[in-house]
Amino acid sequence: MTFKFLSIPLIAAALVGVAATGAHAAGKSKQPAYQDWTFAGPFGHYDRGALQRGFKIYQEVCSACHSIGLVNFRNLMEPGGPEFSEAEVKQLATDWSTSVIDALPDEDGEPVERQPRLSDKIPGPWANKQQAQASNGGAYPPDFSLIAKARAVERGFPNFVFDIFTQYQEQGPDYLHGLLTGYTSDEPNDAGTYDNPYYIGGPALAMAPPLSDGLVTYDDGTPETLDQYAKDVAHFLMWAAEPKLEQRKSLGFKAMIFMILFAGLLYGTKRRVFASVKH
Amino acid sequence: MSGMEHHGHYEPATGVEKWIDKRLPLPRLMYDSFVSYPVPRNLNYMYTFGGILMIMLVIQIITGIVLAMHYTANTAISFGAVEHIMRDVNYGWLIRYMHMNGASMFFIAVYLHIFRGLYYGSYKEPRELLWILGVVIFLLMMATAFMGYVLPWGQMSFWGATVITNLFSALPLVGEPIVTWLWGGFSVDNATLNRFFSLHYLLPFMILGVVILHVWALHVTGQTNPTGIEVKKKQDTLPFTPYATVKDAFALMCFFVVFGWFLFYMPNFLGHPDNYIPADPLVTPAHIVPEWYFLPFYAILRAITFDIGPIDSKLGGVIAMFGSIAVLFVLPWLDTSKVRSAKYRPIYKWFFWIFVADAVLLGWLGSKPAEQPYIIIAQMATLYYFAHFLVVLPLLGLYETPDEQPASISEAVLGKDGDAALAESKG
Repeated sequence: MTFKFLSIPLIAAALVGVAATGAHAAGKSKQPAYQDWTFAGPFGHYDRGALQRGFKIYQEVCSACHSIGLVNFRNLMEPGGPEFSEAEVKQLATDWSTSVIDALPDEDGEPVERQPRLSDKIPGPWANKQQAQASNGGAYPPDFSLIAKARAVERGFPNFVFDIFTQYQEQGPDYLHGLLTGYTSDEPNDAGTYDNPYYIGGPALAMAPPLSDGLVTYDDGTPETLDQYAKDVAHFLMWAAEPKLEQRKSLGFKAMIFMILFAGLLYGTKRRVFASVKH
Repeated sequence: MSGMEHHGHYEPATGVEKWIDKRLPLPRLMYDSFVSYPVPRNLNYMYTFGGILMIMLVIQIITGIVLAMHYTANTAISFGAVEHIMRDVNYGWLIRYMHMNGASMFFIAVYLHIFRGLYYGSYKEPRELLWILGVVIFLLMMATAFMGYVLPWGQMSFWGATVITNLFSALPLVGEPIVTWLWGGFSVDNATLNRFFSLHYLLPFMILGVVILHVWALHVTGQTNPTGIEVKKKQDTLPFTPYATVKDAFALMCFFVVFGWFLFYMPNFLGHPDNYIPADPLVTPAHIVPEWYFLPFYAILRAITFDIGPIDSKLGGVIAMFGSIAVLFVLPWLDTSKVRSAKYRPIYKWFFWIFVADAVLLGWLGSKPAEQPYIIIAQMATLYYFAHFLVVLPLLGLYETPDEQPASISEAVLGKDGDAALAESKG
């Protein structure tokens, strides 16, 4: 048993294995089914249509209760996102259902309430957490900015090891899709909550099934089904959580190619240097 | 020729070099340390992690300095400040993910480096201080990483900080005052976050200082090698440049490919999803788990679920956890075998791998909830961890019959005849 080449990947794999076990909270919720995401894998990119439809669902349905406080209107027109036109986003901001209080008061010192601009964060539905809870029977509808990265069902051994090689990083959107499509009934249970085996926080959650077939109108011919809605809104929320994903993966591809080629050259150099000496 | 007898071959060539050499022979030091410095000719790839770790430290410091330009330590805005870096700072996502995954890569490299030391007996006389300095670096790294994880002020940041700082309250009498002093208040709050940021910035430079001592000590004793036989003559070594340089560079680039895999394609794999939820002192996460590199020690901490005389289970856990690192300091004196390398220790070889398995098992247990059967397994694994150092190593040195060792490194590499031929040809 030599402690040479073989031991490095062995120990490293073991370490990364340990690494991975720590990364996922335990939970008894159901494993969501794998969905096909265009943003998965080394060449992953967002689907503009899905992002735009997902935003529409957020705007028409989710935004009644959930804020998305880290996303600015301007982000909606930036490359790598839904890429609405500037005019569209300006219109969107002007028509938004919630106004904002300007950072500066007017000349009399009174606060100025106005419609949001491109540079503003998308205003949420609640003035504060207390108001949100009071309006929702004590439950707080979480902010959606990072929800796609803040939720994951524990993968367990040995899946987390395989995940390293398959680059499975879509637990968040898979979870959101599973949750939105996974309600066992539209009616509340005896406790007034809604049963959902996919919910990470327990057997039931306070939110009633928010989406159903035909609820949101699509103008691009995409089927108006619950499953499609869930996919689109999860797609959009992944972008909201990771707006630089496309930039990251495309830069990563170039960097990886460079590093692998450079490693090859270094290996050749090493062979050459050591060719004349025994070691 | 060992490092102790090593004399530099630096010859200042130009007038400028001569001028500098007379006043501050820094180029001479660098040349003697990284160019002409003799390294054993039989070093394998496990010996490249020292260099990799140095590069990782530099990467962490540089990315950290840039992050600090955009970060603000304040409980009200730190979470948003990190997201500001991720969303609005040019290439902020790259710098932040580099720093975040760089910490994990740093620990992967340091664990490989430590296990290499354990396998080849790198801690044995005359390298005890070199080893101890390494353990000091490891401790400083852990403190730095722990405080760094608090800075984004997510749920795991907050609750991790709460759990770990609370450990000190287990100390009798002084425990509570110490915890209040650490927190700068009566809970983990703004004062805590600010001092952690300050210390997180300071400690890497302390690490750098101890690394310099570590490398200095290394260059005094010279490196060990897979045979564990000391360097005895010139034929045993090769000059650092180009031999070690090119080998280290190749290993580093391979390491970067692995780093890039995580950085570019799965940057959140090694983190916890809960840390994308802003810290909330009123909501406790279902399971509070530390970063993966602390899991074995976390398992040891939680394994002590029983009182031992006047020591309650909490204090017992804290003692066991710190003891698991403290025992590394005295390792050079616990291992009674005169043979360095496991290559010539037929029984230790097996105990080494059992120990590796035990450490990995502890890591897995650290990620599991504190319930049966994990608790009993963790207790046994913890017992074995200490038994390895306190029972196996002292006894093994007395009872193990080592295999026959070669007379020198060059004999091991070239065979007896080749060694003689080389000695003849080179004089």
